[in-house]
Amino acid sequence: MSKFTFPESIKSRPVYGTLAPRDGSAHLLVADAHGAEAILDMATPEMMAKAHIIYIPKGEAFEEDLRALNPASFYSGPSYGAAEPRLRKALQDAKMGLQVYLAGTEGLMGQAQNEAMAAGIPHTAIQTEHRGSVARRMQCVHCKGITEDVETDPFVCSHCGLNLFVRDHYSRRLAAYQGVRVDAEDPGNVPAPKGIYE
Amino acid sequence: MSIQFNDETFRDDYSFYNSERAIKRFPFPFHEDSYMYSVNMEQHRGGPADSVYEKRFDVDEHYVAEMRDRAMVLADDPLRCQSLPHMTLAGWDLLELIMVSKSEDYPDLFELHRDGNNWRWINKPLGIDDSFVFLDETTLPYGPMEYITRQAQGDFCVLDQRDDNLWMDAGMVTTQADWSLDFDIGMNFFEWHAPVPLAHEKGIFVRALKFLLNIQQGAPARRLNWTMTVNPLLDTSPENYHKWGIQKTTLTPENIGAKQHLRVELQTFFRLPRSNALVFPIRCYLCSFQDIMTVPKWGRRLHRVVRDLPVELATYKGFIDNRPMMLDYLKNFDDGLETSAGIWPDLDTEPPLQT
Repeated sequence: MSKFTFPESIKSRPVYGTLAPRDGSAHLLVADAHGAEAILDMATPEMMAKAHIIYIPKGEAFEEDLRALNPASFYSGPSYGAAEPRLRKALQDAKMGLQVYLAGTEGLMGQAQNEAMAAGIPHTAIQTEHRGSVARRMQCVHCKGITEDVETDPFVCSHCGLNLFVRDHYSRRLAAYQGVRVDAEDPGNVPAPKGIYE
Repeated sequence: MSIQFNDETFRDDYSFYNSERAIKRFPFPFHEDSYMYSVNMEQHRGGPADSVYEKRFDVDEHYVAEMRDRAMVLADDPLRCQSLPHMTLAGWDLLELIMVSKSEDYPDLFELHRDGNNWRWINKPLGIDDSFVFLDETTLPYGPMEYITRQAQGDFCVLDQRDDNLWMDAGMVTTQADWSLDFDIGMNFFEWHAPVPLAHEKGIFVRALKFLLNIQQGAPARRLNWTMTVNPLLDTSPENYHKWGIQKTTLTPENIGAKQHLRVELQTFFRLPRSNALVFPIRCYLCSFQDIMTVPKWGRRLHRVVRDLPVELATYKGFIDNRPMMLDYLKNFDDGLETSAGIWPDLDTEPPLQT
């Protein structure tokens, strides 16, 4: 799958790079869906001998390819929420020199980055690469509820039901973009939803 | 001078009003007949007698009512006041700064008695008389930042300084111009300003940050910022935008003079001694168009500024749709005469409106 080039945006919006192996005492790799391809593109046998891969397939068929890399530890789980306790444990047990690599959707990378930051790793030391869906993890600024995998602008908040427009303003702490009621000044006048980058 | 505190509201029936004295000391933000972003910083070391610049933390006739409004906002949404765990010391610094400043600047209203770390704080307008141990959180009903900012007008952002940047790591934000502390907490200077149009390209934030990083203890700075608000609503938060946004559509040619308010922020910046954090109080002053028009110079100038403001700024400040109606009203107060330089009303020297 080709990589999506995000348009220029404001300074709170995350910028993603391309994963590259770094020297490290251990390697923690977290990916969802097409994020597997970023791992497959850079994995080396030396790295995999010290690697822990946490993968959320989201219906994509990369699990066997990842297993074939022979990482020291491999996990495939049904959702980020299900994987989170394991990720936390991995970060808790981490020693100096751990390298963290995140790949896939923005929601996955943002949440995993947050966990790593909570464990004391500065966000600037974490590698990220976007692959796959360009859907966003959105916080409703009004009810504070998070709606996962938002593909259109505007969208309906999955908690309070307001019609929200999709801002580029992003909070690392919440791992989410901000959604704001689109028809606050003209109730009922909700534009037809279209793809976020259309 | 002793202050008569207004019994007024900033919501529902909007009984807020400015006395004649408050109008004359309103911090009109335009020093010339046009406006564009600039790093308009100056030292915060007093100013003309009875101006909002005179004291370190201005206390005015709205004090008691504003604190009542803040308590209501916090009861509805406690996330408006947050402090990341490493910011508690900065909260004590802020408490000390405000208590010392207010007790020295308004000795008839506030008293601070210190015996080592055993402090007694008396706030007469709010009827508070508390004894506590400085730096011991268990002796106050709230954390130090929340305790003192429930007693101080304006929003307060407490910024940690590290990695050559400033980080929005604590704050009390209930009177904001449409930004969310809960969303922005933890962001650096460029990130929390990310949504502001044009200013990044003009290099404003790079220069402003450089200035702020170098603010020293005892040498605070200040600037004015502004926007527009329909009705004297302090809590123009994004959290409640789905409720107040609609009020922007209630302007009519008949009510615009009373309903449309110029909203001015007196922003000050103080270095804090123990934490090396920077506190950034953002004090909001509201004045209706019809009250501003009682100062002829301000009437002339406001018309010209609103008329000539770039579309991006009028959009960002949220009044692009109402601008034509504003101009229809304001043009009646602009007779084309020149205006004197500077923000002050100059009532004795500027001519009355020529009709």
